[in-house]
Amino acid sequence: MIELRNVQKSYDGGATLAVADTSVVVERGEFLGLIGASGCGKTTTLKMINRLEEPSSGEILVNGRNVREQNPELLRRNIGYVFQGIGLFPHRSVAENVAAVPRLLQWEPDKIQARCEQCMELVGLPFAEFGQRSPSQLSGGQQQRVGVARALAAKPEVVLMDEPFGALDPITRSELQEEFKSIQRSMDLTVVMVTHDMTEALLLADRIAVMREGVVLQIGTPYELLHNPQHDYVREIVAMPRQRAKRLEELMRGE
Amino acid sequence: MSENLREQLLLLPAYFQGHLLLTLAAITMGVLISVPLGVWAEQSARVKRPLLAVVSIVQTFPSLAILALVVALLGGRIGFLPAFIALTLYSMLPIVRNTVTGLESVSASVVEAARGIGMSPHQILREVKLPLAMPIIVAGIRTAMVWTVGLATLSTLVGATSFGNYIFTGIQTRNLVAVTVGSLASAALAVGLDGLVAAIQWLLEKRNEAVDSARLRSIRRSVYAAIGVVICIVLYGLLPQPRADFIVAGKPFTEQYIMVGLLAAELEEAGFKVEQRLGLGSDVVFEAVSNGTVDLYVEYTGTIWSSYMNQQGNPGREAIRSGVIDYLEREGVVTLGFTGFQNRYSLAMRRDRAEELGIASIEDLVPLAGELSAGADLEFFGRSEWLRLRDLYNMDFSNKLTFDASLMYTALVEGQVDLISAYTTDGRVAAFDLVLLEDPRNALLAYDAMLLASDAAAANPALMQAVDSVIDSISNAAMRQANRLVDVDGESVNAAIEYLRSESLMRSN
Repeated sequence: MIELRNVQKSYDGGATLAVADTSVVVERGEFLGLIGASGCGKTTTLKMINRLEEPSSGEILVNGRNVREQNPELLRRNIGYVFQGIGLFPHRSVAENVAAVPRLLQWEPDKIQARCEQCMELVGLPFAEFGQRSPSQLSGGQQQRVGVARALAAKPEVVLMDEPFGALDPITRSELQEEFKSIQRSMDLTVVMVTHDMTEALLLADRIAVMREGVVLQIGTPYELLHNPQHDYVREIVAMPRQRAKRLEELMRGE
Repeated sequence: MSENLREQLLLLPAYFQGHLLLTLAAITMGVLISVPLGVWAEQSARVKRPLLAVVSIVQTFPSLAILALVVALLGGRIGFLPAFIALTLYSMLPIVRNTVTGLESVSASVVEAARGIGMSPHQILREVKLPLAMPIIVAGIRTAMVWTVGLATLSTLVGATSFGNYIFTGIQTRNLVAVTVGSLASAALAVGLDGLVAAIQWLLEKRNEAVDSARLRSIRRSVYAAIGVVICIVLYGLLPQPRADFIVAGKPFTEQYIMVGLLAAELEEAGFKVEQRLGLGSDVVFEAVSNGTVDLYVEYTGTIWSSYMNQQGNPGREAIRSGVIDYLEREGVVTLGFTGFQNRYSLAMRRDRAEELGIASIEDLVPLAGELSAGADLEFFGRSEWLRLRDLYNMDFSNKLTFDASLMYTALVEGQVDLISAYTTDGRVAAFDLVLLEDPRNALLAYDAMLLASDAAAANPALMQAVDSVIDSISNAAMRQANRLVDVDGESVNAAIEYLRSESLMRSN
């Protein structure tokens, strides 16, 4: 469970707020989408959860514990993270990349090996075939599968994702989205995913928080946002997927 | 194989070992200092600019100046240490710069990922940034290595053994074989060490590859063998060497090479183990004998009088002698005696020209000076001696040209100049049958060659006995002939030493 209580972030001593007085609760096993245009504060909000950024005020609790009171490195090792730029270590093999966090946690080598094989299997990259390859020998989609496997390797309960599928081609993206959604359900992961793609958020998230200029305008289920937008901006950003869905339906009906 | 080449190759093991030890020590220290500095600079913009500026400035200093400064800072200490420090300073720029560049080139998204999965700053540096920067850092180390091997030749001038011993001795004694052997050996060492580092880097990059190709195995074997050889040489060099009883030193010109060899031969015959430090700078060697790092060398009264005592006047040969002896006593340097020859400046003319103009002394030049052109070495016209000569005789030459010493003699022989500032024991004075002009007004300083010893060495009575044959036994003519053998006739330094020994033996018999 993740809880943000009146969190604010300013980079200029309070003159302007990158994130303004935000309070959000993400329940255990819930998938929260954080959506908004670039610069709206969604990535900053995400990074404050594992202390890649520090809030200027307010509190953040992960599984009931205030993150401020935890060593940032130990905190991060217990939270999975999938990066926008994928960020694999180019000098390490695929297996070593996946094993990175368990190794930091000083697991037994046998346990690391077993978990590494398991996670690679989970993301569809058999260890025997891909384990010893270098990241540069993989396609973009395969690389982000490794990124997901790395985030899951240490069995975190919480996973943070920063536009994880943004750089992939549409077919690969949709495959990975589907697969990740089913992994999330089966492992009962608590996920916060930053995206600027409303369709992606609608399809994956249990609830969506819409942000603009540092402010969360509305939080709700996809159904609530689609049928009861409480803000013009929210109405605007759900309009596009609605129109598309409508148009596709018409096409299917042969109109 | 010629006798000369064989003689040079016999010196190779000692010079090779000295050069290798010096280079490896300096590079190792350079890496140990520069990589952490580079890491620090990459993390702090406040450190980066000043640090890079400082190491760049060190690089722009002429290398000889750095060597001289380090010797001075160490209180005149010569040998391995000052050379090691100077070379270490010189190796720093490429390593620091490439470390900074290499670390900066690591992609920001990789560093962010490392942070995001919970690596500590130290782990990010050690496990991500340094390994990714390594190819660029190693390229810097290789650049530094090649520079250092080349620059290490200069360390001969501060008394550290290197291939520079070949080069400097060879240039001064016109031994092109020695110069060639030294240059080739230095180049080969640079290429060899560079290749070795490249091969080690290649093997490290390939160490994770599952397939062990035949090529990989054979390269690995060669690298292990090369590392083994280097380690053996280094270990051998670190073994406590049987200490020399005496260290004999000299400056970088033919007469000094001959005198060092002569003194060493006399001492060895008396059963002492001798180490030779050839071709040291003038200030360096004097400082070294006063602080005891050198035991024995030949110096000239005029040099001590004008350069170390900073005296302007010329009270005459005897007064300079006694003034110098007093000064040396105060400085803690022992005067063992005078050798008998005097190597001073003298104006010299071709015999035919002197006779044609009826000139035997500088006095005779005075009415003609306005129509004569004079040649000198690079220093002469800038020395107080020339100013004194000009003022005492109240004359100046219509044309004053400066030359490298050997070209100066050629210019005189070919008639480009009428007279030159010759050296009185120079072999070319005899070979070209030059007339040395009298100096009745005592403008030019006396340069009596004297044998100087450190306090410690002089305390050994056997030393005096061993070198006694060199005291008051070498005439100007004999020294001139010995210099001539090397400089004009192309004989080896050893031949000149043999000549002097037979001369002085004949005298003592």
